[in-house]
Amino acid sequence: MPLPHVSDGTLPAHVEEQRTRVSIHEDAPRMTATVEAAGAYFASGVDNSFSMERFRRDLRIEVQQLDEEEIVFDVIGIDAAIANAFRRILLSEVPAMAIDKVFILNNTSMTEDEVLAHRLGLIPIRADPRLFRERVGDEDPDEHHVIAFRLEIKCTRGNKDDPGSSEMVNSRVLSSHLQWIPQGDQEERFREREIKPVHDDILIAKLRPGQEIVLEAWCEKGIGKTHSKWSPVATASYRLLPEIRCSRVRDHFIFSVESTGILPPEELFCEAAKVLMQKAADLAQLLKDAVLGQGGGADE
Amino acid sequence: MADGDEPPQRVEIEAGGDTSAATFTLHNEDHTIGNSLRYVLNKDPQVSFVGYSVPHPSEPKMNLRIQTVGPSATTVLHGALGTLYEITAHTKETFERALEDFKAKQER
Repeated sequence: MPLPHVSDGTLPAHVEEQRTRVSIHEDAPRMTATVEAAGAYFASGVDNSFSMERFRRDLRIEVQQLDEEEIVFDVIGIDAAIANAFRRILLSEVPAMAIDKVFILNNTSMTEDEVLAHRLGLIPIRADPRLFRERVGDEDPDEHHVIAFRLEIKCTRGNKDDPGSSEMVNSRVLSSHLQWIPQGDQEERFREREIKPVHDDILIAKLRPGQEIVLEAWCEKGIGKTHSKWSPVATASYRLLPEIRCSRVRDHFIFSVESTGILPPEELFCEAAKVLMQKAADLAQLLKDAVLGQGGGADE
Repeated sequence: MADGDEPPQRVEIEAGGDTSAATFTLHNEDHTIGNSLRYVLNKDPQVSFVGYSVPHPSEPKMNLRIQTVGPSATTVLHGALGTLYEITAHTKETFERALEDFKAKQER
């Protein structure tokens, strides 16, 4: 019997379908995993190994939508393993700035100190994290590590024009009440783009007349892995390109990255790429060191 | 950051019988690099087996097992890290070009 597809350098139609598509059925999607093994299609004469040349030729990226908060773009010709690495890094390894230490001098509000500190931590702060350094261990903090804010607010009854009025002043503590206290050369360095919360109308606490909050907050650099308040994205996700015939194109990712406003969304993907490149380079060096530490056992 | 107890070595190598097989322990790494490396290594014809695991979600380490058809597992891993770097660098460049194209199109 003739075997028309064997070793002619192409895959039979149904195998090609399985290789390039995820099929959708009423119970669950099928053929979801990439066929990875380099020799998987050896018998058909098809090379399934990774080639940088092929990757360079086939990768396409197209931006679909871009505004101040969100970017949507297509990445075609990449595997889920790599696309997912980008997504994970965007969520948890691209640095951002967030309030981390709160020194409460006075708090007579209904909001407990720890709740207040937690709420402050979650406020996105508009400061470029690339201009700051992460504080390592007990390193002494300076203007390259810390952004200081002061919050001093007291709720009173009656306004300036009419002291007798029963109207409440400062009953809502908002993110706009946070006052940036420039340290060292920060005023000079951030003259162009003053440091402040991304949004001015985030409600931090509510006060009744006579209650007050006085505190100092330190904003530091960190990553989402440590605490999600340091995540630079509201969300980062992708979906596979759907087709009318109930399938998804396996290597066509529709990426969507929504920024918290700290960095423009289009810069976040590049930052994620830099993190992954750094990771690969660092590990290569560490691997070399580990081999040397073992007495240079490998044939390098 | 507070969790300052870094392991003395971030990469540990548990060698097999010969250099063609080894288990690498990467500290402070997870699925992000684990799955990417598994993908790149699986697509390397020199690799006969590769798998990774994160033994416990609250322990910041990742184990990577590599068996090859002959060459040293360390060399192969080194190569995979290089490939991963190139993949990322090319993706970044392609993205930057796509962004320029998009901005140019919008200005028109």
